Amino acid sequence: MSEQGETVKESGGNGGLGTAGRGGARAGNGLLGYLNSTPVGVKISGLTKSFGRNRVLRGVDLEIEPGETVVILGKSGTGKSVLLRHIIGLEKPDSGTVLIDGEPVEYDAPGKGGHTVAMVFQSSALFNSLSVADNVALYLREHKVFKDDGKVRQIVSSALEIVGLSEKEDVMPSVLSGGMKRRVATARALVMNPDLLLFDEPTAGLDPMMTRTIGDLILDLRQKVEMTQIVVTHDIDLAFYIADRIAVLSEGRIIEFGPPEQIKNCAEEAVREFIAPQFGENRR
Amino acid sequence: MKGVTSFFKVTGGLVSLLMETLYWCKSVFGNMDKVTDQLLVIGYQTLPVGALIGLFSGGVLALQAGPTLAQFGVEENVGGLVGLSMVKEIGPVMAAILVAGRVGSAMAAELASMSVYEEIDALKTMDINPVRYLVMPRFVATVLALPVLVIYMDVIGWFGGAVVSSINPDVHLTFSVYYRNLSDLVDFTAFVNGLIKAGLFGVIISIVCCYVGLKTRGGPREIGTSVTKAVVLSFVLVLIFDYYATRILLFLDID
Repeated sequence: MSEQGETVKESGGNGGLGTAGRGGARAGNGLLGYLNSTPVGVKISGLTKSFGRNRVLRGVDLEIEPGETVVILGKSGTGKSVLLRHIIGLEKPDSGTVLIDGEPVEYDAPGKGGHTVAMVFQSSALFNSLSVADNVALYLREHKVFKDDGKVRQIVSSALEIVGLSEKEDVMPSVLSGGMKRRVATARALVMNPDLLLFDEPTAGLDPMMTRTIGDLILDLRQKVEMTQIVVTHDIDLAFYIADRIAVLSEGRIIEFGPPEQIKNCAEEAVREFIAPQFGENRR
Repeated sequence: MKGVTSFFKVTGGLVSLLMETLYWCKSVFGNMDKVTDQLLVIGYQTLPVGALIGLFSGGVLALQAGPTLAQFGVEENVGGLVGLSMVKEIGPVMAAILVAGRVGSAMAAELASMSVYEEIDALKTMDINPVRYLVMPRFVATVLALPVLVIYMDVIGWFGGAVVSSINPDVHLTFSVYYRNLSDLVDFTAFVNGLIKAGLFGVIISIVCCYVGLKTRGGPREIGTSVTKAVVLSFVLVLIFDYYATRILLFLDID
């Protein structure tokens, strides 16, 4: 890992990324100066995966362009998270390939590929023994990205400011709400300087206000940071809010892939059934 | 057949984790903060319980052996008997059981929880090797702390034996007679014998508990099961390896 300290701009002037949530002051200049990602394309071909007799993925084909935000939409248990884990290299497929910018994913050593891929886990996966700031700084410190810990703290503060949690630097993850944990996990992923950022059910278990905050955060990141984003969710509103294109996963296959309008007008029964409003008229 | 497969799978997994941990020991000096944290938990926080166990282990040895030796008129040998028993067997084994129960269970629970809640996966995606980051510091700290804990428990056990020997009317041995006999019989080689065993038990406990923790899948129920499994497996392996280590040390004349 090369020393990247010189890439950090000591002062602002990089057009700031607004903080997530309300009252977004200009923030994140330190991080934006450091971020140097290159959006990558993802090509998934004939991906299959079974766990015992349970065939989860049955031949997934998907091509994602560099810099776009693709939402993979589907019912619970259709293999969305499993698909995401194949993209980052945490699962090895039974057959098929995943190429990131033309390079096959390293299944034996996730995180070691030619491109930086970061993931925001559904459980947030924060380390409970570390403070919020130490969680975010973990990647930078372990890889000794900067010799000067002051620069690490600057990047961390900046990343937390972007996700709207600058006042939570010193608290422990156990006292944070689910939405806050998701935002800290996003900040931790951001400081990795990812070319591809994956979100696994980013709004699962959150209230509508926090869901909106997370949606705004993903949109902000897309507008201000050049990277490809793949979001797995069963939250239809979120999908239509943030997606450039939506892939609908059903029975282990992608049954429809296209812009939100195409998905809304899709005649396919399985897609219509999924995107239809959950509740009809008031029964009373 | 399934049991045999499982036995070889676990054995292979343990050996593989041990090898990988030994490989990552090369970066121990860059991770001294983590090793120190673990030393604090494994060593320092175990001292009060260790003292209690050592004191009563030495005491019960003197209580059992003293009257029997007195029947043959050789009660002055209680010091040597307690001293050697503590140094070569009771000290290392009791310390190992204490560390496996108190620290090993916590190690297994923490790593199992990290596996279940995707924290290990998060480390992998950050290109941070979980063995270097989590297992190696626990391994080094356990292997360093256990021999020190054994010396500490030995000394307190000797004292426990001395107290019981002096207050037991069947034995009634003064401290000076007790310690003179103890120092005549307990030599440096006996100490080394116990410390080699302690180091070996440290390897077993840390690797077994980390392995079981890292292999945990499922939810809270599986975390509990893993803790039980890790502690029981540690106990069993400590006692089995104690026998073979004793045989090898006797063969090598380190007794």
